[in-house]
Amino acid sequence: VCSLVLVQGVSVVTSSGPVEYPKPVPLHEQTVKDEKGRYQRFHGAFTGGFSAGYFNTVGTKEGWTPATFVSSRQQKAGRQNARPEDFMDEEDLGDHGIAPRQITTTADFASGRKDVIRDKARAITSLSAPIPGDTVLEDLVAPARSSMGVELLRKMGWKDGQGVGPRVKRRLCKQRADSATRAFGSASPPNGSSESQDEEDGEFLPENLTFAPKDVTPIDFTPKVDLHGLGYRGLNPLAALRGGPGAGHINLFTMDSDRTNSLFGEDRKGQRRRGGVAGQGFGVGAMEDDDEDIYHRDIMSNYDTVLGGEEPGDGLYGWTAPQQYNRTKKDHSKDAAYLGKILEGFTLASDKLETKTVGIFPPPNLPRDFRPVHYFRPVVDLSSVSPMVAQALQTSRGHMAQEAPSKGGRHQLDSAQRRELLGEATLQGSLLNPSRFAPHAEQQQQEALSVWSGPTAQAQTGQTFKPFERTPHKQARYDLYIDQLKQGDRDALELSLDPTMTEWERGRERDEFVRAALLYKPSSSSLSCRFTRGKQDDGVEADTVEVTRDQENDVDDKQAAVKMKMFGKLTRDTFEWHPDNLLCKRFNIPDPYPGSGFVGMPKVKRDKFSVFNFLTVSESPTASASPAPQGNKQSVPLYPDT
Amino acid sequence: MSFPQPKPEVPQLPQNLLRTIDCQQGAVRAVRFNADGNYLLSCGSDKSLKLWSVSRGTLLKTYSGHGYEVLDADGSYDNSQLCSCSSDKTVILWDVATGQVTRKLRGHAGKVNCVQFNEEATVILSGSIDGTVRCWDTRSRKFDPIQILDEAQDGVSSLKVSEHELLTGSVDGRVRRYDLRMGQLHVDFINSPITCVCFSADGQCTLTSSLDSTVRLLDKSTGEMLGEYTGHKMKGYKLDCCLSSKDTHVLSCSEDGHVYCWDLVEGSLMLKLPVGKAVVQSLSFHPSETRLLTAMEGRVQVWGAEPEETEEDVVVVQQEKA
Repeated sequence: VCSLVLVQGVSVVTSSGPVEYPKPVPLHEQTVKDEKGRYQRFHGAFTGGFSAGYFNTVGTKEGWTPATFVSSRQQKAGRQNARPEDFMDEEDLGDHGIAPRQITTTADFASGRKDVIRDKARAITSLSAPIPGDTVLEDLVAPARSSMGVELLRKMGWKDGQGVGPRVKRRLCKQRADSATRAFGSASPPNGSSESQDEEDGEFLPENLTFAPKDVTPIDFTPKVDLHGLGYRGLNPLAALRGGPGAGHINLFTMDSDRTNSLFGEDRKGQRRRGGVAGQGFGVGAMEDDDEDIYHRDIMSNYDTVLGGEEPGDGLYGWTAPQQYNRTKKDHSKDAAYLGKILEGFTLASDKLETKTVGIFPPPNLPRDFRPVHYFRPVVDLSSVSPMVAQALQTSRGHMAQEAPSKGGRHQLDSAQRRELLGEATLQGSLLNPSRFAPHAEQQQQEALSVWSGPTAQAQTGQTFKPFERTPHKQARYDLYIDQLKQGDRDALELSLDPTMTEWERGRERDEFVRAALLYKPSSSSLSCRFTRGKQDDGVEADTVEVTRDQENDVDDKQAAVKMKMFGKLTRDTFEWHPDNLLCKRFNIPDPYPGSGFVGMPKVKRDKFSVFNFLTVSESPTASASPAPQGNKQSVPLYPDT
Repeated sequence: MSFPQPKPEVPQLPQNLLRTIDCQQGAVRAVRFNADGNYLLSCGSDKSLKLWSVSRGTLLKTYSGHGYEVLDADGSYDNSQLCSCSSDKTVILWDVATGQVTRKLRGHAGKVNCVQFNEEATVILSGSIDGTVRCWDTRSRKFDPIQILDEAQDGVSSLKVSEHELLTGSVDGRVRRYDLRMGQLHVDFINSPITCVCFSADGQCTLTSSLDSTVRLLDKSTGEMLGEYTGHKMKGYKLDCCLSSKDTHVLSCSEDGHVYCWDLVEGSLMLKLPVGKAVVQSLSFHPSETRLLTAMEGRVQVWGAEPEETEEDVVVVQQEKA
């Protein structure tokens, strides 16, 4: 093991030349000196503070010399306004002083970016000012100065309101014209009234006439961050504060409230007060005409008692005369009305929607016997409720009481059910040959049937014990078997078995089910509700211990399978097993369960009496011949051995 | 222009005894080829582990350090390390050249029956009569195992490691295959204490021999039995079984002093090697050639496909000539 020692101050020669390491500065040399070599003294903080000057006075030994003051009869000293900069020294005017000097663009040459900020500030103040909307004071005070760019444009022939770019032939910018041709003489009209101009001069324009391009309307890129609806504009302050007939009641719910409240809306009789400060609270001046509504009287007709638009009929109120006057009034203002109602930031679409593509679809064809009455299918399973309730449900569904609803509908009947429906004579002989069953088994089945189809069994709702809880498929089949027993089906056993299982497996299941059905009879209903299945097996709990899940399966099945040499599904079990992370690393494979906290297999209960549970490394006696422990008992048997 | 296909070789059986080595170790509990098949490891009941050359039959080194009988051994892929396990409940990692004990791994509660390196010799896996398989880290200096697999209900008699899988056979009658890549454990129930498990060379099957004198070939993915080989006697002792290097034959030791060799596909007995009168304890097949090692009592036998002329004969002839 070698360690590097760096000797300070010694230069190291590298390929690019000797590398100089800075020598360490001793404490007494850690001082700050200004450019003249004088020790700097600082007020306050260690660094970055103001210098103390010359012994806490002005900057130099010579002191601060004021500007000379001369005043004689001939030469009166000119008015010298003292600026703060006169009293500052180099340090103050430096980068870190109180008045750093920077080179910036003058207002003449600055771009319009700063104007935007100023405009926004102006807009804000305009709303909150006592004279809302009017920026009269601002306009008076701010110097009307245009930037150098604007000046240059003006000198090149641009005028206010025009766009910038090569001249175009027509207003609608269909072609681009030669810039050398003669320009249109007079001042270009504002954008708003361009259409009227076009209509008038369309025929009379000479061919080589060009126009300045249209000015771009600035798109506002401010995002919408509020939660108002689109096109929401609050209460118009002008309308709220101005006088006049509209002042008393602000109608928010009319259809065309936008227009009435717009700034450029009706201007009846001129506005009383230009500044917008009007209304009954402000009185009437001596010079003004008498205001009609000095005393504001509120009338109930200003207020709606119903929501708008609920007038019955067509609104004509019996008017039978021709409607041409009515219509024309609405017609030509329709467009304008529509334009007025377009939301901010939206425009009318240029091409109409094709009604074919987004069409109105016809209603569906109803079948002939369709009755628009819906009845609900019951959520309750018929077999798990009492017969009274079941009957009530059936009648409510519209089924006849005698008709037993077949499980899969009318397509899944078997021959017996079909025979019944058709009314044919029943076949002689049995449905399925019972000769396979031993008489004892037959007896057992009958017994099971009688037990489960009685009234007490029907009354049991959900408290049945599930003997095959650990294998859900088997449990499902067992449930099916029990259900069918309850319904009194003779062939419940056959029907509930899984046809995909092998013959041998089915035989086993058959026996198991019959035994389980006999063993776990439903108890009488009156007492059964007072008892409930214990969640834990109290007696066995103390003797059991957690083991891995692979031991809980039945070994007998497997032994039988091995004897019959049927390896494969019957003998194989697959479990989830978590390898240690380090083990995966050592084997150079990715961890299959990277996030798992435990290692090994998930555990279940088992007997704890095993020799090796007590063996530890330090305590173990001799190594010789530790006998294998007795075969461990299994957990609670699922069904007794008969 | 296509060349004619080479004639398929008839699979050869190691039927000729090439050499017998007297190990002088007491009883040889296990005999193993190393990774390339040039060397031979013999585990003796006199607590020693010996390294031999197969071709010459000479003893190269003796490794002493165990406290009791050495039961199994394995060599790393680069022949630089050996691992061995013993009835003294320890697993020892040896340095081959110097013969020193690199690490003595304690932790098992009973005698350790089987041990093997993984492919890169970074982990030693050992199975013991206490029912656990412990995975020891050879890289770090820790003395604790990386993981302990204690799913077996009885002792672990045999284990084999492949790239990403661990196959263990237990006396409780179950073969457990731990798939590290998928994170799964597959348990196959054999119903009889298992004495030896092997992987096949193609990785599709596993071979299991059990105390009902049956060797079974099981499919790895489904657990179905592909072949069953009987005729030998395996009733009480832990004996080895193996597959030939090209998976053509199944070989097993027997308590009647023979080594049985069956055809894998047909299951018919092809060869019955007369090793001796006592129980043939252990066997090992060469990784690539047709060569077999067997251990009986205190001696190790080397079997090959073709009979070789021994060196002694050659020397005798020359001397005679001179």
